[in-house]
Amino acid sequence: MTIAMPVPDADVLAKRERIARALRAIVPGEGVIDAPEALRPWESDGLTAYRQPPLLVVLPETTAQVSAVLKWCHAEGVKVVPRGAGTSLSGGALPLADAVLLGLGKFKRVLEIDYEDRVAVVQPGVTNLAITQAVEGRGFYYAPDPSSQIACTIGGNVAENSGGVHCLKYGLTTNNVLGVEIVMMDGEVVRLGGRHLDPCGLDLLGVVVGSEGLLGVVTEVTVRILPKPETARAVLVGFPDAEQAGACVAQVIAEGIIPAGMEMMDRPAIHAAEAFVQVGYPLDVGALLIVEVDGPAAECDFLIGEIARIASANGAVTLRVSENEAERMAFWAGRKAAFPAVGRISPDYLCMDGTIPRRRLPDVLRRMEELSEEYGLRVANVFHAGDGNLHPLILYDANVPGELDKAEAFGADILRLCVAVGGVLTGEHGVGIEKRDLMPEMFSEADLRQQQRVKCAFDPELLLNPGKVFPVLHRCAELGRMHVHHGALPHPELPRF
Amino acid sequence: MLEPRDTADLAGIIADAAASGRKLELRGHGTKADFGAPREAEVVSLAGLTGVVDYDPAELVLTVRAGTPLAEVQSLVAGEGQMLAFEPWGDAGATIGGTVAAGVAGSRRVTAGSARDHLLGLTAVSGRGEVFVAGAKVVKNVTGYDLPKLMAGSWGRLGAMTELTLKVLPAPREVVTLAARGLDPAAAHAAMACALGSNAEVSAAAALADGTVLLRVAGFAPSVAARCAALPGLLAGHCALERVEDAAPLWQRAMTGAGLKGAVRWDVHLPPRAAPALIAALPAGADWAMDWGGGRVWICTDAEDDTVRALAAGLGGEARLIAAPAAMRAQVPAFHPRARGVLALEARVRRAFDPKGVFATGRFAEDADADAVSA
Repeated sequence: MTIAMPVPDADVLAKRERIARALRAIVPGEGVIDAPEALRPWESDGLTAYRQPPLLVVLPETTAQVSAVLKWCHAEGVKVVPRGAGTSLSGGALPLADAVLLGLGKFKRVLEIDYEDRVAVVQPGVTNLAITQAVEGRGFYYAPDPSSQIACTIGGNVAENSGGVHCLKYGLTTNNVLGVEIVMMDGEVVRLGGRHLDPCGLDLLGVVVGSEGLLGVVTEVTVRILPKPETARAVLVGFPDAEQAGACVAQVIAEGIIPAGMEMMDRPAIHAAEAFVQVGYPLDVGALLIVEVDGPAAECDFLIGEIARIASANGAVTLRVSENEAERMAFWAGRKAAFPAVGRISPDYLCMDGTIPRRRLPDVLRRMEELSEEYGLRVANVFHAGDGNLHPLILYDANVPGELDKAEAFGADILRLCVAVGGVLTGEHGVGIEKRDLMPEMFSEADLRQQQRVKCAFDPELLLNPGKVFPVLHRCAELGRMHVHHGALPHPELPRF
Repeated sequence: MLEPRDTADLAGIIADAAASGRKLELRGHGTKADFGAPREAEVVSLAGLTGVVDYDPAELVLTVRAGTPLAEVQSLVAGEGQMLAFEPWGDAGATIGGTVAAGVAGSRRVTAGSARDHLLGLTAVSGRGEVFVAGAKVVKNVTGYDLPKLMAGSWGRLGAMTELTLKVLPAPREVVTLAARGLDPAAAHAAMACALGSNAEVSAAAALADGTVLLRVAGFAPSVAARCAALPGLLAGHCALERVEDAAPLWQRAMTGAGLKGAVRWDVHLPPRAAPALIAALPAGADWAMDWGGGRVWICTDAEDDTVRALAAGLGGEARLIAAPAAMRAQVPAFHPRARGVLALEARVRRAFDPKGVFATGRFAEDADADAVSA
């Protein structure tokens, strides 16, 4: 455990019973959980290496209750951590010992569907997949599809700006959300955006999406829904090595094709997936590409032909085209099972999430192999090849003393490498606590201060989800001063992470 | 007019203004200078910060300096078979920085997103005179707050962007326009909603006051052919469709609102289903054009501003005052009023970038609160 969380406030811990009483007055019945054993299930999110039972859990059912809870906590100086389904892979919903965990799980209603304007208004606890299920009868769907879509909620998707395998063509959450209702830390309810495009004024919605629960608590979301493409087909292509697969990806895009999805797996990931789900992945290749196209049948047929031609020109050694829906699903089954498949061959794994310029893929994979040797830990790679988003899975055993630390150090080196080649720390999982201390690799002190000033505009007391995203929490008063001249940084003596 | 040569130069100018309490207006080539209230602020021209920093078409990423003319950027990417998918448009000389800062988007916005959706990263100078970067130079990134979203469409009130990284996409190989004639606004909207809600992947849909409806079908040739063949059947209950050659002037009218009759032009954004009601309620003599399937309605009318705004608001939308005589612009705010809580939040966010109100020139009604705070 190398990531330190803020020291709990002893005064808040001491008034725990009073906080529980006050919150029960706002959310009666079962809405407040404070028995120590009942807090256990809430102690972590999808980043399970980190666990911390919350001070208590509150599960409101209405915006008015969320507002009252936040207002009370604000007045009392009590921190709040918002939580959707708790599937964050970056620790975005990790509880704090002195913070109320505010669960939005009871906000489960689809409020309105407007097919004519192609929007749906939903509560934040509705799962990503449930939106699609609510509209698919009429031939529509909600495009962003993070792999956790059966469990993750739209509120969490807004917080994390979630992506998915189709986001190169259809965008991230931010490109598919029209409006939100949020409750500010002081209890004020604000609506940003709405049912139409490009509202007047600053794009506050744009900065709330992806703010990782640090700016406000989302209580309603208006999303765009799209007509479901007529067909979808996939091609499964094997290459001797990742370099050729990468060259194929570059040429597909250079020739003007934006596939609905384009995924790459390296040899360890292919073997792990095939051993797990037996879908007929070729085992004698160094890299496997799944390219999916969607749209009218005529378009899919044409593009499949183009992709096959480009793949052959780049040294493909195997190529299969899905001839029916079952086959297309089988191609995906291995990729979608890659994480649990790796979970079978290793007691534990860490999933990294950097993005790189695609042209740097061969260098990055080569360096990653060297690091794997240096650390003595195996790594398997799955890769959203179209947009350069890498998911290296670092295999380790938490029961071996020191191995988690080693895996984290390896992961940090991979992310530094991503930034060094012109990429970023996180493509879709969020910073959370996991990448928090690496932020200075990508952003200067001035860059981070500007982001924190935005935080201060929303939550000047820094009570909402503290300890996440920012490596150093500056007080807002300190950030408000104009104290940098001619590029000189304050506190040059402070260590940089 | 101040003409910084580079980012450091600009940072010095802005820091000086902040220290001495002066106002600065950021400008490209000034093609949008008549938006908002007339004002007298010292102008900082970013027109000298030009040039392409990096462009690798296969990465779908372009980094360019803010003062580079939009037309140059568009011809550069067109040369590689690519495009800025938000279909930006502007008068001759418009810069890429000004285009993004004004949140300009064309007809394709309804399916491809706006400037905000394609601004991946930036370098800027805040109202403090501090240089900062935000976002990144790759297409997929969630590291830190999405400040590029805030900067796009902020009209130079948060900071001066000096370098922008934009997502570029392949341009369609073939573009066909199908048109229907003689539809009233309600029928026009219904036809557009049906087309946009179908899986024929119409990339843009617009309607003109003369009863013309335009549907754009773009992509690879076999796909375009199949979709053009399918659309008449899909819309059989609404209208007949015909193929239009040389549709560019028609799209131009719907996309820009140019050519509408009248000295006062509004840009109303609203739920598309409300567009026919908006048009029906306009006073006699008003001229209009619908884009974005009805989600944007350009209106020229001499009706009172309160009337137009109340009408838009009553239908769940809002009205921007795009063009008007200076006397009217001095009185009528360019932006539709927002809820008090939203305005207060906007003011705090502006202060987070520009605590001294250097960029609060009086162009926007909300600038007054910045003055109140810094006074």
